[in-house]
Amino acid sequence: MAILEKHKILEKNATLLLVFSFLVVTIGGIVQIAPLFYLENTIEEVEGMRPYSPLELQGREIYIREGCYVCHSQMIRPMRDEVERYGHYSLAAESMYDHPFQWGSKRTGPDLARVGGRYSDEWHVDHLMDPQSVVPESVMPKYAFLMDRRLDGDHIGDLMKTHRLVGVPYTDEQIENASADFRAQADPDGDWDAVLARYPKAQTRNFDGQPYLTEMDALIAYMQMLGTLVDFSTFTPDASR
Amino acid sequence: MSKKPEEKQEVETTGHSWDGIEEYNNPLPRWWLWTFYATIVWGILYTIAYPAWPLINGATPGLLGFSTRAEVAQDIADFKERNSGLDEQLASADLTTLAENEELYRYAVSGGAAVFRTWCAQCHGSGAAGAEGYPNLLDNDWLWGGTIEDIQLTIAHGIRNENDLDARYSEMPAFGEILSDEEINSVVNYVMSLSGEPEDATLVAAGETVYLDNCAACHMDDGSGDIYQGAPNLANGIWLYGGDVDTIRETITYSRYGVMPNWTDRLSEAQIAAVATYVHQLGGGE
Repeated sequence: MAILEKHKILEKNATLLLVFSFLVVTIGGIVQIAPLFYLENTIEEVEGMRPYSPLELQGREIYIREGCYVCHSQMIRPMRDEVERYGHYSLAAESMYDHPFQWGSKRTGPDLARVGGRYSDEWHVDHLMDPQSVVPESVMPKYAFLMDRRLDGDHIGDLMKTHRLVGVPYTDEQIENASADFRAQADPDGDWDAVLARYPKAQTRNFDGQPYLTEMDALIAYMQMLGTLVDFSTFTPDASR
Repeated sequence: MSKKPEEKQEVETTGHSWDGIEEYNNPLPRWWLWTFYATIVWGILYTIAYPAWPLINGATPGLLGFSTRAEVAQDIADFKERNSGLDEQLASADLTTLAENEELYRYAVSGGAAVFRTWCAQCHGSGAAGAEGYPNLLDNDWLWGGTIEDIQLTIAHGIRNENDLDARYSEMPAFGEILSDEEINSVVNYVMSLSGEPEDATLVAAGETVYLDNCAACHMDDGSGDIYQGAPNLANGIWLYGGDVDTIRETITYSRYGVMPNWTDRLSEAQIAAVATYVHQLGGGE
């Protein structure tokens, strides 16, 4: 066959073979990856998602720094046992402002995608200080030092700008007020109305019970909002995803 | 597997020749070839039967109509359907006489155990023995009452939470702002004397006066507590936060404000009835 004869040219010329193999792999890659950018159903639109508030974003940084994702996933799979234990299965939209996402791949501890509101702040403090004090069989390490590490939030605006660079729609107003919102969210005398206006459904209270802002505040603020933004009473899932 | 070609066989060579080395053009083994063709056919049929090809607005749904989301919804509906009879009975049952209906009772206890381990164990412990600040549910010391109705009400509405107007509510004042340090010190010793040895026996008499003036209204004259106000029994040697002198002093000075969430939003009526039944039969139920 003539075409097979032509194929011989590729087989006998190493550079040409390299170029053409790369071409084939590229086509395969484009077919798989490109539709994700334009298909409307890749990320279905849901109501309620918003970028993280400055304090939550800081808490998320601590979550990543401490490697929480190594033992905790944030991805409830569409299976009955997971839905009954953790709540509604995770939607792509729920991690649309995560850079990088925290889906994780291993559960030594439970999934945290909907841990928000499941426990009290006091429980989180007790548990992070000494996990075995509330869950004796737990193998989680202690994170008591978070209580002593103070935060000032001076540079949180820069972090938000970086997130804006990769596609998180922070407004100029949000970035301008980043440090103020950062301090206000966990301060009983703070301007909570302003925080809530910019970040609906944000939780505003003193999370760790200490008069100053610590990493404990930030981490608990982050965890208490996880999975609470989407109102599932108004959500109708599309069948084909 | 392939046999070494005989000297005088009929197979042709491919015509390639490198340094005098030639290559036989043997056909591929039949089984391998057919398996290869079968995988191609399988691949094509699969993309027709299941969601696969990305188009402009979405992917092809596939002829079988498979959907992970529909599957999980169906799965949950199936289980609900299968349990619906028992759940309905349980939601409307009189829990005080539930033990008479053996099947329903067994369902409630084992179902309640599953609910407990999912939602309650984090604070009360997987064996329900509690932890410092989180009540033990195995003993017969109850803050808000240990009858099955009391337990059910506590689970449904929670304690001192802000989400449920029917939550059980009481608040002990922080006596650090009301009493002097000496008064607190004496009442600490009096409270210790109710169930054991005080740290300083000489202060007990003075502490009794302070107790009767400030504490007895909720904790009763004899320290037996009041389940209608969630005031703990101080005389039975069971301590939620600890019974040593420093902890009791801290409790009196700053007070305590233990919170339990309401479960009406997260659990069904049947689940609440089931977990109440489970907790009630653990040992301490009245």
